[in-house]
Amino acid sequence: MQMLRTLRGSNNEGVLALVLLTLIIAMSIISPAFLSAGTAFSTLRSATVPLIFALAVLVVIVSGGIDVSFAAVAIFSAYTAVSFAITTAPDLPAFAIIGFAIAIGAVLGLFNGVVIARFRLPTLIVTLGTQGVFVGVMYTYVGATYYAQLPPSLASLSSVTVIDFATGTGRASLHVMAVVAIGLSLIIWWMLTRTMFGRALYAIGGDAEAARRAGFRVMRTQVLVYVLVGVLAAIAGVAHMVMGRSANPQDLVGDELDIIAAVVLGGASIFGGRGSVLGTVLGVILIQVINNSLLLAGVPSAWLRAAVGMLLIAGVGIQAIAARKKARRVHTVDEQKADRVVEEVAS
Amino acid sequence: MASPPTAAVEPVLAVHGITKRFGGVTALAGVSLDLLPGEVHCLAGENGCGKSTLIKIISGVERPDSGEVIIDGVAHSRMNATSAITSGVQVIYQDFSLFPNLTVAENIVLTAEVAGRQKLYRAASVRPKARAIVDELQLDLDLDSEVGDLSVADKQLTAICRALVHAARVIIMDEPTTALTHTEVARLFAVVERLRARGVALVFVSHKLEEVLAISQRVTIMRSGRVVTSGLASDFDRRSIAEHMTGSELDESRLVADLDESAAPRLVVSHLDLPGAFHDVSFSVRPGEILGVTGLLGSGRTEIAEAIFGARPAASGEIFIDGRRADIRSIPDAVDAGIGYVPEDRLSQGLFLEKSIADNIVAGSLDRHRNRWHGLDRARIRATIAGLFSDLKINAPNPEAPVRSLSGGNAQRVVLAKWLATEPKVLVLNGPTVGVDVGSKAQILDLLRKAAARGMAIIVISDDAPELVSCCHRVLVVARGRVTHELSGDEITAEIIHERMAA
Repeated sequence: MQMLRTLRGSNNEGVLALVLLTLIIAMSIISPAFLSAGTAFSTLRSATVPLIFALAVLVVIVSGGIDVSFAAVAIFSAYTAVSFAITTAPDLPAFAIIGFAIAIGAVLGLFNGVVIARFRLPTLIVTLGTQGVFVGVMYTYVGATYYAQLPPSLASLSSVTVIDFATGTGRASLHVMAVVAIGLSLIIWWMLTRTMFGRALYAIGGDAEAARRAGFRVMRTQVLVYVLVGVLAAIAGVAHMVMGRSANPQDLVGDELDIIAAVVLGGASIFGGRGSVLGTVLGVILIQVINNSLLLAGVPSAWLRAAVGMLLIAGVGIQAIAARKKARRVHTVDEQKADRVVEEVAS
Repeated sequence: MASPPTAAVEPVLAVHGITKRFGGVTALAGVSLDLLPGEVHCLAGENGCGKSTLIKIISGVERPDSGEVIIDGVAHSRMNATSAITSGVQVIYQDFSLFPNLTVAENIVLTAEVAGRQKLYRAASVRPKARAIVDELQLDLDLDSEVGDLSVADKQLTAICRALVHAARVIIMDEPTTALTHTEVARLFAVVERLRARGVALVFVSHKLEEVLAISQRVTIMRSGRVVTSGLASDFDRRSIAEHMTGSELDESRLVADLDESAAPRLVVSHLDLPGAFHDVSFSVRPGEILGVTGLLGSGRTEIAEAIFGARPAASGEIFIDGRRADIRSIPDAVDAGIGYVPEDRLSQGLFLEKSIADNIVAGSLDRHRNRWHGLDRARIRATIAGLFSDLKINAPNPEAPVRSLSGGNAQRVVLAKWLATEPKVLVLNGPTVGVDVGSKAQILDLLRKAAARGMAIIVISDDAPELVSCCHRVLVVARGRVTHELSGDEITAEIIHERMAA
């Protein structure tokens, strides 16, 4: 029983892994071409940007908030940095462009964080608002031009792979940005489990007032969360452009649903205080595999969004029903315990 | 009761001449208090007497306008929450301020790590640290359970353990016994004795006078921001404390109206059964009668009430109202049948906190205020609101004030008003005076007597024995989901009720 509990994981990661495994086995039986290193690597490749976004969303959700402006922050910061490099400083090295994008992302995140923490406003509404503001400001002041070519330093990153080998059906390669995503996952995992900042996020997500009384600096932590989201979003934005070899200001915004669905499926509680990096990684991969499988199975792509939407509702629904069950369990009489108490009193 | 500490002992903590004003209101006027190591000090007073403000100042959450807090002979004029914690002052709030999503061990250790200004979190050291405290107090707590799954009593013990991680020398407990049953209180007091042996000074802020007297060595009573009296607990009794608190004599004698023995029962409950909650429950209530239902927390007393109100319908059995069988499968069924229910957790279940008192009063009875065209009859609504607002003596500037701004006793009266407005035949109240001060309590019980006198059948669920003694015609004792005793007449005394509850 104890082993089962451990295998299941505190956020049902075990269940998720089982679903993922079942899906992969089923797909391999239906279409033998599915099970190959090529598919695995291409899934990793398509999961790279969603994974970085998902880490950002995980951090906010654990702290008890939600951020729907991350895609806008990503495109704003990456597009601004890239278009600055193209129009005024074509020789800028890649790290400078990425650094510039991260700085912009941090400032936009800071804006979100200050508005939310200082005025204690609902996070969904604030980020819904800033999403519009960020996109609007970008179109107005930065531009809406589509750049088919990245600055040379970034463009050269596009073809960097870490592992590259030939398989029976073609080439399989691991993009450098996928390695970045894996590295970020490890960093966020370490932060959530091994630092006081991470524990503060869980504490605030569990009960913000209790966290305040315990001496956590709630406002500062909340602001930092949104700055962190901005930074991660900026990295995701740059990764998206590098992997797509172009800068399109119309990208990313509108795909937030997939990311939030992945994080919630990964066991993060929409009510705050729960969630893990492992679950999030599994959630992201699950959504990618489902998308790929449905495409392979010949399902029209229009249905993909519907499928993801249903998964999100199922994920939240399971959480809510489990919470309700738990609440009910506490109320019913535990006869054995009651007997024991009575005996204690008698003796 | 252990002997009181001698005056020669240096106080761990003392406050001198504390004054605090909020805007134009003086919350505290020259309050002084000292706490000796190893004593339990009871701080009593009605809602709004300044107890909470005093606690906030001692724990560094508020700064006094004048006066000083002296810890171990050192005066602190600029204390904040963290420096209070590092000086060994801990407050256990009524809601415990625990993290429901973290384990017991994490909850016990986490605040100490925060106060230590650590950057890294050493997960491996958490369990041993928590284990040491739990073992020292000889508690039976599962360190790996999530706090959200614990009972109220276990949450409280977790909070006490957390306070001890900081090597707390002053522990202030806000209403520590309110949500506990009789056995749990006994268990808490055993822990309190162990804490005293360690030289910890405890402050109990409480309304439940009997319990507090049983464990305290000294008592300080506040009224309107001043200390009215302070002295050894052995010099006080229930009555004298209540008199100091209210400033007037307290009438807590048994006061029940005579019943018409021939009247047909208003409510008959027959062989009600809900597996896992209660079994074969039968009783009846006559018009004008106040029936008390008591039992330990988890005995099934709340579940029985919820079944009658349709919130969690019974699996089998029958309910009759005025002789007619009422098939209650849901809350609307119960309301249609003329049953009203004032829940245990009023703040979350009984009120619209952001709405005005007026809106809350009529929220349950809009159907009764319709005009010919099924629109709302504004004039009648206003009359109902005005009538109940003044009858219930709700202490607010006007009925338009939001319910959130009210104190516990007044919010409680609003819930009561809401159900009285529906003119139910049967009114079920779960813990009608929990967390309410003595003065308000007497008034609320009076309101119930008046409502009963108009022919309503009233069921009061409570583990506050003096309250049951004061107003109930009969008292049913529930244990493990069964009605084990029925007390009536002279049998209804606090002693017998306590005895039957535990038996």
